[in-house]
Amino acid sequence: MSHSFWAMGGYARFVWPCFLLAFAVLGWNLWAARRYHLQARRRAQRALAMADTDS
Amino acid sequence: MWTWFYQLASPPHVYRMAARLSGGFLAAALVLIAYGTIAGLVFAPPDYQQGDAFRIVYVHAPAAWLSLNAYVVMAVAGAIGLIWRIKVAHAVSAASAPIGASFTLLALVTGSLWGRPMWGTFWAWDPRLTSELILLFLYVGVMSLRSAFEDAARGDRAAALLAIVGVVNVPIIHFSVVWWNSLHQGATVARFGKPAMVPSMLWPLLAMLAGFLCFYLAVLCMRVRGEVLRRELRARWVREALGS
Amino acid sequence: MNDVQAWPAEAGVGAGAALALIVKRDLCLSFRRPEQLLQPLVFFLIVTTLFPLGLSLELSTLREVSPGVLWVGALLASLLSLDALFRSDAEDGTLEQLVLSGQDLTLIVIAKTLAHWLVSGAALVLVSPLIALALGMPVGVFATMLASLALGTLTLSWLGAIGAALTVGLRRGNVLLSLIVLPLAMPLLIFGAGATDRALADLSTSGALYLLASLCLFTSTLAPFAAAAAVRIALE
Repeated sequence: MSHSFWAMGGYARFVWPCFLLAFAVLGWNLWAARRYHLQARRRAQRALAMADTDS
Repeated sequence: MWTWFYQLASPPHVYRMAARLSGGFLAAALVLIAYGTIAGLVFAPPDYQQGDAFRIVYVHAPAAWLSLNAYVVMAVAGAIGLIWRIKVAHAVSAASAPIGASFTLLALVTGSLWGRPMWGTFWAWDPRLTSELILLFLYVGVMSLRSAFEDAARGDRAAALLAIVGVVNVPIIHFSVVWWNSLHQGATVARFGKPAMVPSMLWPLLAMLAGFLCFYLAVLCMRVRGEVLRRELRARWVREALGS
Repeated sequence: MNDVQAWPAEAGVGAGAALALIVKRDLCLSFRRPEQLLQPLVFFLIVTTLFPLGLSLELSTLREVSPGVLWVGALLASLLSLDALFRSDAEDGTLEQLVLSGQDLTLIVIAKTLAHWLVSGAALVLVSPLIALALGMPVGVFATMLASLALGTLTLSWLGAIGAALTVGLRRGNVLLSLIVLPLAMPLLIFGAGATDRALADLSTSGALYLLASLCLFTSTLAPFAAAAAVRIALE
């Protein structure tokens, strides 16, 4: 990859942040969705455990 | 024959299916996005007018397209949940919102960064950017409304109604903004049109569009699992599904 | 409150009579608290005063932005009073009684929204010429301005009814109400202020006014159903 590739014809400071941001948003979506699911699992397990001790 | 259709309304079935589907969609997304990014950055020739700056389209266009799709999914799922009282539909609607909002934000920022070298300004009241901004407001409204209710089921129904009202408004908003923008278009005609597409430019774009779509579906499946659990905390199937 | 003589609870009260009854009742209740009626008007005045103070004291400058300033002020002032559309009735149980009365809920919503518009939006329209003068708007533009504001505030009342019904049970629903309604009202603002802008520039306004009118008609036909559905959701 020559220097001109990274320079993006002079537009580097617009093009690269766009792509970086795009991958950051994709990554955030994966991370947040997984975290949300795990939190829900924990909450469900706690609810089940409480129901067990009640009965 | 129609059992697969009825099973779509069953929370435990959806919970299991979403796990499998999500993996498949994610794999497809990875391949498509990898190809689209590399081909778009390396192999597509620079645009005649915009030079290498046009490459931003490879992330801007998919983000904008998905932001609209996610809203429609949110509205349609909400409508299904409202009309037929299917909890899973509300789970899908709730799951789609934050994903769509994040894509809307991405579309706005990349659009703004693309505008800077093209128009010389970081923000312009261009019809597409303005419509996208209003779409972000609509997303925030629906998410805020849902979370404002203590009763989750009521929140789901209210948010679904708002999403439906919003989706009816999206074409109206877009039309009004285009009309308004044409009124105020100054002497400097800065065209934010799509660059002319030769195949080596087009294929990476199609791949990115398809890849983002698969990615959205993958994340949607992941989120739906969490949303379904939240709505079914004490159901019997949850015990077996969580293996406790 | 024993002010209403006959509730449309017995079978046999026609739709028209029920509508008139509810409009009359809501207007009666509104006029009991005149201060409440004045608040949106005063707010309208205050908000539009902010612009000369913040922008420029020159009438020539203000004239150019007067359509937009007037419209934004009217929009915000209308929003203030929307919260009250269903809230007091929901709090004392009247709303439930209305739903149970057997009359079409959509009709009830239409009646309440019309009554509300009469004391808020219509009042704003009546006051607008004074403010337009203060902002340097030439009198020749007034006709367009009044027509656009009348259509616009009515449309906003319909949209606001949906928002008010959705947020009626919530404790701090007022900000959320604005958050929900304003994005939906943006096309309104564009067409309404746009029509007045065109009048200011001596251009033909018929296109914009027709668009505004069709938007108003579209909203008037669909919004009552959405608002009625929202009331049912709130009362479930």
